[in-house]
Amino acid sequence: MNGFRGYERPDGTVGARNYVAIIPSVACANGVVSAIAREVPETIPLYHGHGCGRGAARDLELHFRALAGLGKNPNVGAALVVGLGCEVIKADFLAGVIAETGKPVEVFEIQSEGGSRSAARKGGKIARKMLALIEHVERKEADVERLILGLKCGGSDSLSGVTANPMVGEVTDRVVAAGGTAILTENTEMIGTSHILERRACCPDVAARVKEMVGTADRLTRDIMGPLASLVIAPGNMEGGMSSIQEKSLGCIAKAGTSKIMEVVDYAEAPSEKGLILMDGPGYDIESMTGLAAAGTQVMLFTTGRGNPIGYPIVPVIKIASNTRLYRAMEDDMDVDAQASLDCRTLEEAGEELERLVLSVLEGEQTKAELNRQDGIICPYTTSPSF
Amino acid sequence: MADVIIINEADNVAVVMRDVAAGRAIELPGGESLTALADLPAGHKVAITAIGEGGAIVKYGESIGEAAEDIAAGDWVHTHNIKPAK
Repeated sequence: MNGFRGYERPDGTVGARNYVAIIPSVACANGVVSAIAREVPETIPLYHGHGCGRGAARDLELHFRALAGLGKNPNVGAALVVGLGCEVIKADFLAGVIAETGKPVEVFEIQSEGGSRSAARKGGKIARKMLALIEHVERKEADVERLILGLKCGGSDSLSGVTANPMVGEVTDRVVAAGGTAILTENTEMIGTSHILERRACCPDVAARVKEMVGTADRLTRDIMGPLASLVIAPGNMEGGMSSIQEKSLGCIAKAGTSKIMEVVDYAEAPSEKGLILMDGPGYDIESMTGLAAAGTQVMLFTTGRGNPIGYPIVPVIKIASNTRLYRAMEDDMDVDAQASLDCRTLEEAGEELERLVLSVLEGEQTKAELNRQDGIICPYTTSPSF
Repeated sequence: MADVIIINEADNVAVVMRDVAAGRAIELPGGESLTALADLPAGHKVAITAIGEGGAIVKYGESIGEAAEDIAAGDWVHTHNIKPAK
């Protein structure tokens, strides 16, 4: 794989997009963030439902890391953090962590700005100033080593693991072979394949982390679902031709190709190694995409068999339909028809073609999800109820 | 449209890309062909070699279970003739 032309950030990361992100440190600031985004529609508001009311230190850690990671994502050129003032995740602290990247970051709290309207006015001014500030950043040639690819599947069908996921795996292998990085997450989709993933770990420490992560996912699924845990391989999967949990999970992890696993990172944690990385985190699409975006992915490959149209506000998401019927039914949302690609090509050729699309998207080509403004709301992973 | 996809060269099953009725010929990517010994629904697996009882069912180059009985090339491979790997 060749390099790509992207927006170089002061910390050396390279963005595929050049956004001004408006980040509420707590859900109570969503309204002001929304007012700013209405006034300056070129900005990207990152609405979410968290920031307070959490007793578990683990959840605060997850939410903080997710919000900070989104601000640090190289597709964000500048970030404005909007706090309320009394929340647990302090806006100043959040802004400070994002500012470690060297990119322009500003912050204020609604309670110190005379309320919503004047806070929104202030935010609008800052947002306009930030847009002007990053406007002049031009794309420059960047090495593939700067690329972090996010791997995701959602609304899978029996062909997802046969057409779309192996095609994505081919791209993953090519990115990794060229010195880039790809992140596979969704620990529930790894249940039953721990022994295979452990074998692929680069060293015993990483193998032990893989075992621990998949073992915990297996246990949690049983704890939460009880006798229904076996339905993680659902009756629908069986009808579609899946005969065992191993088969289903192998279809999911096919997105990760055949490279060695270099590191296991926690949810929303940026990798410190290059190559193939596993991220601990749930299978739920919206939460796992937040984890991938917060880890610094500039683009995501998202396979689907049933037709999930969701995108992500700051990361272009390439939708790969596992079958032609879905591609035709939802052409508005699907970028690639994997079944048609594989019908007249080898897996290697289909992978090469998908890799070319990844490169053009990295360099600015809009994905269907971007064209449709499929940006929704940010959901970080949460492990316990709020109070 | 291709009849089947063989995901990994080590696999002893292929995935049927469209419904195939028992008795119909299935063309393999290498140019050889097999006769379907059962009705094969799209997305399901067909044995591309004979697999003896207890033998590994290999897809993605990995075992996804064991043959619960002797399986002939062309046979439908699913929960009725697969048991979990030991």
